[in-house]
Amino acid sequence: MTKDNENKTSEEERISRRRFIKSSGVAVGGLAVGGVIGGLIPWRTEDNKQQRQAANETKNYNQALMFFSQAEFKTVEAATERIFPKDHNGPGAKDLGVPFYIDHQLAGSYGFNSRDYMEPPFFHGEKEQGYQGRLKRREIFRVGLRELQNYSHQKYKKEFSELSTEEQDDILKDFESDKVKLSTISASGFFNMLRGVTLEGLYSDPLYGGNIDMDGWRMRDYPGDQMNYLDVIEEGFKKIEPRSLRDHM
Amino acid sequence: MVKKMPKTDVVIVGVGWGGGIIASELTKQGLSVVGLEKGLERSTEDYYMVHDELRYALRYELFQDLSKSTLTFRSNEKKRALPMRHYGSFLMGEGVGGAGVHWNGQTYRFLPYDFEIRSQTVERYGEKKIPKGMTIQDWGITYNELEPYYDKFEKMAGISGEENPLGGKRSDKYPTGPMKHSPQMKMFTEATKKLGYHPYTVPSANLSEPYTNPDGISRAACQYCSFCERFGCEYGAKADPVVTVIPVANKTGKFDLRTHSWVRRILHKDGKATGVLYTDLTTGEEIEQPADVVVITSYVFNNTKLLLTSKIGRPYDPATGTGVIGKNYAYQVVKGAATGFYDDMEFNNFAGAGALGVVIDDFNGDNFDHSDLNFIHGGYLALTQTGARPIQNNPVPKGTPSWGAEFKDKSLKYANRSLSVGAMGASMPFRHHYLDLDPTYKDTFGDPLLRMTFDFEDQDRELAKFTAKKARGILEEMGADHVDAMEELGPYDITVYQSTHNTGGVIMGDNPDTSAVNNYSQMWDMDNLFVVGASSFPHNSGYNPTGTVGALAYRAAEGIMTYSKKGGQLV
Ligand SMILES: Cc1cc2nc3c(=O)[nH]c(=O)nc-3n(C[C@H](O)[C@H](O)[C@H](O)COP(=O)(O)OP(=O)(O)OC[C@H]3O[C@@H](n4cnc5c(N)ncnc54)[C@H](O)[C@@H]3O)c2cc1C
Ligand code: SF4
Repeated sequence: MTKDNENKTSEEERISRRRFIKSSGVAVGGLAVGGVIGGLIPWRTEDNKQQRQAANETKNYNQALMFFSQAEFKTVEAATERIFPKDHNGPGAKDLGVPFYIDHQLAGSYGFNSRDYMEPPFFHGEKEQGYQGRLKRREIFRVGLRELQNYSHQKYKKEFSELSTEEQDDILKDFESDKVKLSTISASGFFNMLRGVTLEGLYSDPLYGGNIDMDGWRMRDYPGDQMNYLDVIEEGFKKIEPRSLRDHM
Repeated sequence: MVKKMPKTDVVIVGVGWGGGIIASELTKQGLSVVGLEKGLERSTEDYYMVHDELRYALRYELFQDLSKSTLTFRSNEKKRALPMRHYGSFLMGEGVGGAGVHWNGQTYRFLPYDFEIRSQTVERYGEKKIPKGMTIQDWGITYNELEPYYDKFEKMAGISGEENPLGGKRSDKYPTGPMKHSPQMKMFTEATKKLGYHPYTVPSANLSEPYTNPDGISRAACQYCSFCERFGCEYGAKADPVVTVIPVANKTGKFDLRTHSWVRRILHKDGKATGVLYTDLTTGEEIEQPADVVVITSYVFNNTKLLLTSKIGRPYDPATGTGVIGKNYAYQVVKGAATGFYDDMEFNNFAGAGALGVVIDDFNGDNFDHSDLNFIHGGYLALTQTGARPIQNNPVPKGTPSWGAEFKDKSLKYANRSLSVGAMGASMPFRHHYLDLDPTYKDTFGDPLLRMTFDFEDQDRELAKFTAKKARGILEEMGADHVDAMEELGPYDITVYQSTHNTGGVIMGDNPDTSAVNNYSQMWDMDNLFVVGASSFPHNSGYNPTGTVGALAYRAAEGIMTYSKKGGQLV
């Protein structure tokens, strides 16, 4: 049958695994699935492919943190999931690995702005002149996440990740529209960066830790890395099973 | 201590399209050429893992490292210019092949009108059609004079295309036939024909068929792989200096290509260039390369900067309008576009090639009557299919939030259900748009950054509105259920990608008072110095620039050969 149905099944599996973890009372910190815990979960189905996928998931050493603290990571999970929530189309940012993707990016050259011009002096400029701050992306993220928490506590007396989805949206909107006034960074600048890296995590090659199993691509019928489109270029729409750079190795 | 190398016939600064073409032409004719390129070596084998949107399109793998050098920008002289700290509006190439490695390959000729823009505008509409401050001028060359060089560039690159029904006269047809037509290209063709326009296939440097060029270089056909703009071609199908002109130069044994070599000064004495000073980035060593002829092909910005830091030519002064170096910076007006959304039709938007599309010139140049319009020139309108990669392409109808459940739903739905008609609006120069040296910010060697003073004018706002309206009309004719078109152009914003079609700064003309180079790209003030590239355009046309850059490079090569035999001014 179609790929869509297969996805739905594995989606249900993930949900039921999560439920199992919850009811089994195992302490899992900020992480719902994966790691050792994931390996403890029995599977209902005998489907080979899914077992293979499950085995891969348990062995995904890539899903650990290089940059965020556990608490920051929880906030990022919650916020990115609001930017791209799970719905009838398929998984949201969290299940697609976006929070890990962001963590890994901030740990590397992107987080250090290593190919950007970061020389002083720093002056406040016009919007059309672009970013003029002295902070690097990883520093902006740290400040932004802290401010997101502060603002949640101020407005709702709770952690951002513990708010209802409506409350979370409310907070994010206040950042997006600069209703929140911050002294060190621009609230909307931080929000736009968060939105930008969320899209990257959804749709970059799975090699970077997001877009798990290419399900980000699948949702929008994007075929990823194909060698050529000679056969389809003159034709009407065609659904093509995606390929990733891993298939090039 | 500066190390001094043995003298060479010619030294070239920057080995992209301009540098590559000139190196191959001169070495074929027996001159010894040293090519200095600040970036690294490149080859087709580098692109095995190239289908990676994040690495190449968003992390700018192939582009100039801004931490070492960038430019500063302000919208007008009253403002403080600030550095472009990361990429946005345009992307600078770096490494062998320059931006020719990661360009799309849409390869146009400018219109006969462009080369005589001032005299033809005045002749048809009178002097008062040109608003105050607009510094358009004739180029000092006509389309007919440049035509043979366009032909040469197109044959070298193997341009695939069909005749433009509204373009200048051609001496020969394109060397390869037009690219394939996708369903949306067919829709655009039918709709524009119905509207009475004259569609033709975008002339493409992505080969439609295998091709062997006059230099004996064979290349494979394009695979419509969709990773083209901002990417290198793993098939060698896209014309790029690395797979066309540079191997030809290498084969002569007369080309000494040095990478990681950052040129910092043009050396000169008594009105003659004597060579260049560069730094070997791998050792930090300062090296002098003496030469009989110096050629600068390091893109618009660095061409201008090198002349200013080397104190060659008269710097432009916007207060008096005198001087020439830095004058007439212009760009491209691309925002006057529209997107159509389809509820019941799906397209293979993910597939494509850098130069795949259909285009009309009915509203370009002076192909239409401007008597009742508040602008001159125009731009082409095109439907291109360059491969809508998912991080950067998430069109949703106006009014949709940019995140959250509704965004997700709509962006997924329209990924393959939307089509855009784009415009390539011409950009006219103004007295107060220019390039000079920044007083504050420095590059990695402590040399000043180049400063850009530029904004959109009424001319641009009117033009963009006009093209947006035409784009809307075409999409409506193409049966879109809903069309969103640009409403207001807004100020020039350096943070949003528009095009890498920067022009001017070292402009050409027929008069040393108002131009820096003659029509061989030879400096009026220094006979043995040639400055080649879009830096010599007195304005930018309603087309992508590289066909014209290539033609001017072939003409410059011819001029350098003549100069090396006879010396003196060529015109
Ligand atoms: C993404 C993208 C898509 C494009 N698509 C199109 C298109 O479809 N059609 C079109 O017509 N044009 C297109 N262009 C523009 C086109 O790439 C340029 O017009 C063309 O490459 C310019 O050639 P050039 O030789 O003048 O400069 P470049 O190709 O930029 O080469 C300049 C070289 O000089 C080197 N250099 C600079 N400073 C120094 C120094 N101090 N010392 C030593 N070396 C130096 C640089 O590293 C670079 O390699 C595109 C550009 C980009 C970025
Ligand atoms: S679209 Fe064609 S020319 Fe461009 S990179 Fe792919 S194969 Fe090469």
